[in-house]
Amino acid sequence: MIPTVEQVREMLATKAASLTVEREQLLAVANFLKTEPQLQFDFCSCVTAVDYIKQDCIEVVYHLYSVALKHGPLALKVRAPRALEQCRVPSLTPVWRGCEFQEREAFDLFGVKFDGHPDLRRILMWDEFVDHPMRKDYVPPMDYEWEPTPHGETLARAKAQGGVVPASVLEAKK
Amino acid sequence: MSATGIIETQTLEVSLGPQHPSTHGVFRMDVVLDGERVVKLKPVMGYLHRNHEQLAEKMAWLGSMPYTDRLDYFCSMTNNWAYALAVEKLAGIKVPERAEYIRVIMAELTRLLNHSCAVGFLFSDCGAWFTPILYALRERERILDFFETVSGARMMCNYMRFGGVRVDLNDESLTMARDLVVRWPAFLDEFEKLLLANEVFLARTQRVGILPRELAINASISGPMARASGVEYDIRKVDKYGVYDRFDFRVPVGEKGDTFDRFMIRILEMRESVKILEQALRNIPAGPFIAPEVKLRNFRVPAGDGYGRIEAPKGELGFYLVSEGGAKPYRYHVRPPSFINLTVLEDMCLGHKVADAVIILGSVDIVLGEVDR
Amino acid sequence: MSRFLGKGLIDGLIVTTKNFVGSYFDGGRKDRMFTYQYPEERMKLPENSRSFPFLVYDGAPENMRCTACKICEMECPAQCIYIVMERDANGKPRQRPKVFDIDTSVCMQCGICAEVCPFDSIKMDCDFERSKHGRFEDLLAHLPELLKSNEYYHQIKPAEATRVDATRRPTKKPTDGTATERK
Repeated sequence: MIPTVEQVREMLATKAASLTVEREQLLAVANFLKTEPQLQFDFCSCVTAVDYIKQDCIEVVYHLYSVALKHGPLALKVRAPRALEQCRVPSLTPVWRGCEFQEREAFDLFGVKFDGHPDLRRILMWDEFVDHPMRKDYVPPMDYEWEPTPHGETLARAKAQGGVVPASVLEAKK
Repeated sequence: MSATGIIETQTLEVSLGPQHPSTHGVFRMDVVLDGERVVKLKPVMGYLHRNHEQLAEKMAWLGSMPYTDRLDYFCSMTNNWAYALAVEKLAGIKVPERAEYIRVIMAELTRLLNHSCAVGFLFSDCGAWFTPILYALRERERILDFFETVSGARMMCNYMRFGGVRVDLNDESLTMARDLVVRWPAFLDEFEKLLLANEVFLARTQRVGILPRELAINASISGPMARASGVEYDIRKVDKYGVYDRFDFRVPVGEKGDTFDRFMIRILEMRESVKILEQALRNIPAGPFIAPEVKLRNFRVPAGDGYGRIEAPKGELGFYLVSEGGAKPYRYHVRPPSFINLTVLEDMCLGHKVADAVIILGSVDIVLGEVDR
Repeated sequence: MSRFLGKGLIDGLIVTTKNFVGSYFDGGRKDRMFTYQYPEERMKLPENSRSFPFLVYDGAPENMRCTACKICEMECPAQCIYIVMERDANGKPRQRPKVFDIDTSVCMQCGICAEVCPFDSIKMDCDFERSKHGRFEDLLAHLPELLKSNEYYHQIKPAEATRVDATRRPTKKPTDGTATERK
């Protein structure tokens, strides 16, 4: 539901102003926040995603400021299910162009797909990379490189994989 | 060749980078050229991705402090301050006054460091081979020596702690800082005389890479790049974090938004930073340099999430932290200014020549540690 | 003088020439040139300068301050310290490390280990000339290489060492008289 101007103003007076919306209303709320003359949130500062594995959702957070009226921040939050096929959120790049690279990063690292993004592809990982590294259940691939001083689980994996551990290091750990 | 005598042309795809003498780090631009003019440009990054955000989830809150040094490796003090500010905001820690003054001194010295380097390297991109860089680096060395005296390392300072700073500034360090600051206006005058009226430089940077004001706001551009396009937004004046509201300084704002404006804004900001430094070094009070109730080990932050930002030399550097009440962050995100300032690289470069694309990239002032984290 | 085309260039060249000629005279040299002709000339490092960590002992290497409490191992952000406590014949801990390895290829010289040590035993050195020929084993610093005396500490960091000597409490270690095998 689109909030009223008074509700947003009240939120801004508190220390942590945040507004959680449903996926279907995200674009409408964003346009309202940008165009309403008393709010004028024209600067989208930070876009990020958080993986709440216990609540089984990924939350995308947009931090909005206003350059014209010099207020902010307002955190606009939207949740999507964690399963890769259903993890879709409408893109806010048509509203604020600054979301472009950051939404690409959220897609790359978390797997959140943004509908309406002009160019959604991987930005930080290389194009052929599979899986999304920042998710909490991400398991790094078993292709680690030999480390000079493995200890703990790295040493166990090294031995299991037949990795080369120098004799002097093994000697020192006796 | 057809009968009417028209020559068919093709566009040429060139990959500028990732190793290129004038890009500021391992950064690639895929440009499509029609002759010498840029028709399309796509920035490609990720060569320096070190997974900083995931490392932070495995370490204590203080353990990520040395890693934040390595984000924007030219300006380690401001990175540290942004992280410390975000954690202090979330945990509700009050910083003593002397520590705030010390932080302002370090941040403004970092701004001088960064802008002199950025301006020097911009000249190198234009073709003035190494002389301006060395003039800038000569003064920068003095600041780096001061950082080494105070914090122990020249670049990776690891100096800010939650609730204050790691070690105090003694009288010798303050004298060293005052001597530094006294020399700076003379250096700026010489630098301007060397380069400002240079016809070659003016021809290469004026009316090149114009960024309109509305696009700058919409694309979340911040820092000197936005102010050169006419956006009057300086986080030091808007958020008034630290003790910035006690200092009297102006914020230079440009008009046209071309490369020359971005360069001039940096020179003018250096002069304003010198003013802030003079005031801070004069008025620094005595007192504790760290909040005594903050623990070094087993430091816990109450549950919640928060966003803290500062005016880093390159733009708005923010940290978004989510805590579950434990000793490690649940989510740690860096909002890097250079990464977001690259959004409009294509818009600025279209229609210009390849050589101009290099200069426009230099005026955006990116550093790859921040772009890729 | 009125502006003519090329005046900016000439002004710039005047500044450069002044710097160039001035660097031959002593006044100009001190101001303008900041190059140290290493290794014949060395810059005096400030006291706080930090490079890799080292362990302090008082008097003899057997009197090392370290009690193998493993706090530095836990707090190190790069996880480059590896400690094994020495145990005597009955398995009781002897409050000293049998193994203390620092992987200097991983260490990022942040100084957090020195900050959190409760016994003032691990401190930051300022020696930066530490190249080795091997890439892996040679960069792993073991306990004998890391132990340096308190006099050395006073020599490199006089003010800090004096302050530490005045405020630290001496560590008490169990003396059970049985000498065990130590590598």
